[in-house]
Amino acid sequence: MNVFDIIGPVMIGPSSSHTAGAVRLGRVVNKLAEGKACRKVVITLSGSFAQTYKGHGTDRALLAGIMGYHSYSPEIRDALAIAAARGIDYSFEKENIRGAHPNTARIRYVLEDGTEGLVQGASVGGGNIVIDHINGMDVEFNGASHTILVMHLDRPGVIAAVTNVMHWQYRELNISGFRLSRSGRGQEAIMTIETDNLPPDQLIEDIKNLDNVTNAILIRKL
Amino acid sequence: MLTYESVDELVKAAESNSETISALVLRDQAESMDRSEHSVYEKMERDFAVMRSAVDEGMKRDLRSMSGLTGGEGYRMGEYSRRGEALCGSLLSGAMTRALAVAGCNASMGRIVAAPTAGSCGILPGCLLSLCDERDVPERAAVMAMFTAGAFGLVMAKKASIAGAQGGCQAECGSAAAMAAAALVELMGGTPAQCADACAIAIASQLGLVCDPVAGLVEIPCIKRNASGVAIAFASADMALAGVAPKIPADECIDAMREVGDLLPSSLKETALGGLAATPTGQKLRKQVFGK
Repeated sequence: MNVFDIIGPVMIGPSSSHTAGAVRLGRVVNKLAEGKACRKVVITLSGSFAQTYKGHGTDRALLAGIMGYHSYSPEIRDALAIAAARGIDYSFEKENIRGAHPNTARIRYVLEDGTEGLVQGASVGGGNIVIDHINGMDVEFNGASHTILVMHLDRPGVIAAVTNVMHWQYRELNISGFRLSRSGRGQEAIMTIETDNLPPDQLIEDIKNLDNVTNAILIRKL
Repeated sequence: MLTYESVDELVKAAESNSETISALVLRDQAESMDRSEHSVYEKMERDFAVMRSAVDEGMKRDLRSMSGLTGGEGYRMGEYSRRGEALCGSLLSGAMTRALAVAGCNASMGRIVAAPTAGSCGILPGCLLSLCDERDVPERAAVMAMFTAGAFGLVMAKKASIAGAQGGCQAECGSAAAMAAAALVELMGGTPAQCADACAIAIASQLGLVCDPVAGLVEIPCIKRNASGVAIAFASADMALAGVAPKIPADECIDAMREVGDLLPSSLKETALGGLAATPTGQKLRKQVFGK
């Protein structure tokens, strides 16, 4: 924690949890889209998000994040109109997601190339977030560290191959958190790897080229 | 390096070097962030500029919050203050005006600097910008004073809480007023010990303040509490500068703030289930915004 955690962040109001945190949740979708535009978004709001999203601009904030804006971007206020102008078919629904944190959003999206995805996460206070599901798999990262998501098939040796590339080619890179989740034995799986320092883009390309890896994405500190 | 685990640490370190708390903290933060003092100062200067633009935005006459429940507070207070009839004089009424403006800017989805939170974002800029504009305090001194405010905020965040959901409004507007009080004392030439005194007095004045926002929105009573927080910051700073010392030291006040926050029921910690939110009018306003 430093002095700018107290004086700061610069953000669009009114609420660090319901506005700034919501932008950051949306930004995870933007990162996963890797530059492709969203065609359709269905956002499910749970708990306090469902109760108060209109007065806090949570809906605008989530859409703004999905479109790549930051928690300090003035465009958040006009995000509904900007999304409509970009031809994004968006809708919001309320549902009590059982067991979820009170400020939870589940974002289902379809990209311009037809790729579908699902991100679920919570805004846990002070603009901080925790992402707990991606595409039906459990993950757990908060965006406070640089995070590499590796989508792969559950096969022996994949984790070793990924960490070996990291270690042998980028010795300075230190892993600060690691989690594996899979939909079933031999099925789709996700590695969530958090690092202390920023991984180079080339590393992500190297990981993508490994056997049984379907995709790799870097989410820089939010 | 400083631990920011007590106010006493800050005061002793500044006194032993015969320097201000802000100079001490700027050097310490630059070291811990591995950046130059100049670049850390410049970052704070940019935050100061955002605070100023938030005042301008919040002074607009037709400003309305997202819910439509609030708006125009900064404009009205500014008009009143300009007439020169304000009971608390032009400096304090001007500071309250700026605090209302920034809090109104926040409620209308404008850009603000959380200080320490979005709900309490008007107090520090209200205090500092008024001294710059009406007492000719140099901007550099005001930006430096933000390091003092930030250091006291860090101690409160570590020893107690700066989240309404955890500690009630005393943790948000209470902490902001205590941070601002310490910054005001430094700006007026007070000693590090007097900064700590002002912090203690401000906390003691707001101990137990509940977080009870109507409809759960950062509007009622949050916007007005930013102006009241300014008044408490000024009163606390003046008492400290006058030598009216607190009998309970700042660190013990912060410990008490934590204990009181823990004891507050959850209905009074940002859940909109108690206090003003639960009044008949509070309920009516909630229905007005969200339907049943």
